[in-house]
Amino acid sequence: MESMSERSGGFSFDNVARNHVLEEKGMKMPKAAKTGTTIVGVVYKDGVVLGADTRATSETTVFEKYCEKIHYIAPNIYCCGAGTAADTEHTTAMIASKLELHRLDTGRQSRVTTCLTMLKRHLFQYQGHVSAALVLGGVDLHGPHLYTVYPHGSTDALPFVTMGSGSLAAMAVFESKYKDDMTLEEGKQIVYEAISAGIYNDMGSGGNVNLCVITKDKTEMLKGYAKENMRPWRKSTPYTFPKTEVLTSKIDKPRTDISVVVESEKMEVSAS
Amino acid sequence: MSGDGCVAIASDTRLGQQYQTIAMDVPRMFKMHDRLFLGLTGLYTDTQTLYNLFKFKLSMYKMREGREISPETFANLVSSTLYEKRFGPYFTEPIVVGLDKDNKPYLCGMDLLGALACEPDFVTLGTSTEMLLGACETFYRENMNEDQLFEVVSQTLMMATDRDCLSGWGGVVHIISKEGITTKTIKTRQD
Repeated sequence: MESMSERSGGFSFDNVARNHVLEEKGMKMPKAAKTGTTIVGVVYKDGVVLGADTRATSETTVFEKYCEKIHYIAPNIYCCGAGTAADTEHTTAMIASKLELHRLDTGRQSRVTTCLTMLKRHLFQYQGHVSAALVLGGVDLHGPHLYTVYPHGSTDALPFVTMGSGSLAAMAVFESKYKDDMTLEEGKQIVYEAISAGIYNDMGSGGNVNLCVITKDKTEMLKGYAKENMRPWRKSTPYTFPKTEVLTSKIDKPRTDISVVVESEKMEVSAS
Repeated sequence: MSGDGCVAIASDTRLGQQYQTIAMDVPRMFKMHDRLFLGLTGLYTDTQTLYNLFKFKLSMYKMREGREISPETFANLVSSTLYEKRFGPYFTEPIVVGLDKDNKPYLCGMDLLGALACEPDFVTLGTSTEMLLGACETFYRENMNEDQLFEVVSQTLMMATDRDCLSGWGGVVHIISKEGITTKTIKTRQD
């Protein structure tokens, strides 16, 4: 009855042995969604610009055309995720929740390095089996920070970083065009170009360009900064099918005829 | 698939072991409350386990909160439940479909590890997901009424089951709207 009791957190390994047997007997496991992904980040004059494409894939099929890969960590920290979709979503959500509690406890703004340490400890603990490759960016009292976190828990701190299957294409753009102390417009442009390079040259990446600009005073999410790959056309009128043969039809109406009337009674307080 | 103030969920009714058909009347969509459905594809033992687990979790939620769960909250509950078993997952890909408090359609697909994929138009999962995807991309329109939605959903389901030898033996379509849930059974190929 383990599953019926409220668990306190952490992974459960109940099904591991069973799944091993099932796989040996030839059961085909459904494939997990990957993000494929091009994600990048760059430090500019007043802060950090993060960028991501919007494609999630399952094998070679596009699982989600316009997904969001720039995850919220704290009001001043965001994190782009590449790798297994579930891992990036849940790892960042877990850290976000821990940092929120930490902020409530200390009454201070979260620091990017705190987040980085929590992420790398978690990922190192699982020896790369939690396959989340992240680009972490934020601004705190020490100024702008930009890190990459690898699935095994190693990290880099650099002024421009790329991750995911489109990282080579994106890095090519950074290597040729990056310069120190860029303006906001230059920062957004170089990130847009880097993500576009991933979208058009890497098959695992695609869709739109999402940006996130973090400065000392505010964070701005620019969803659909470039929408170059929307569905071009859809017929406006519905296609008329010959009427589908219906075998049975049943309408289940919610019970709106019952209303709960609460009669308030004075509470018995006198002790007799 | 979403419509205007309504949302539909459909599946076939075959249960099989590889090419062997075991049963032809197996529901894989479960009503969680008046405006929320859960669809569970994949290994049937996990379908049953998870359905029971979510029924339990929803009862606990209802008692604790004194209200029904919203589709979005439920999708997150399903997602975290699946992710808890990250290294020994349930072999199932769930779909959460429902109407939120403003009668806006909510639909969300997930992979077996619980990666949420919320879409405004349609989600497809299961053995013939690619075929369903193609049919849905072609026939989906924005703001369909209940009748149009039913036609599109049932026809796409029939198209996909026609070409997938592991699906078939009839289909069930549920259409959720604020008036109630309309359940229709349709005939698909019987072989």
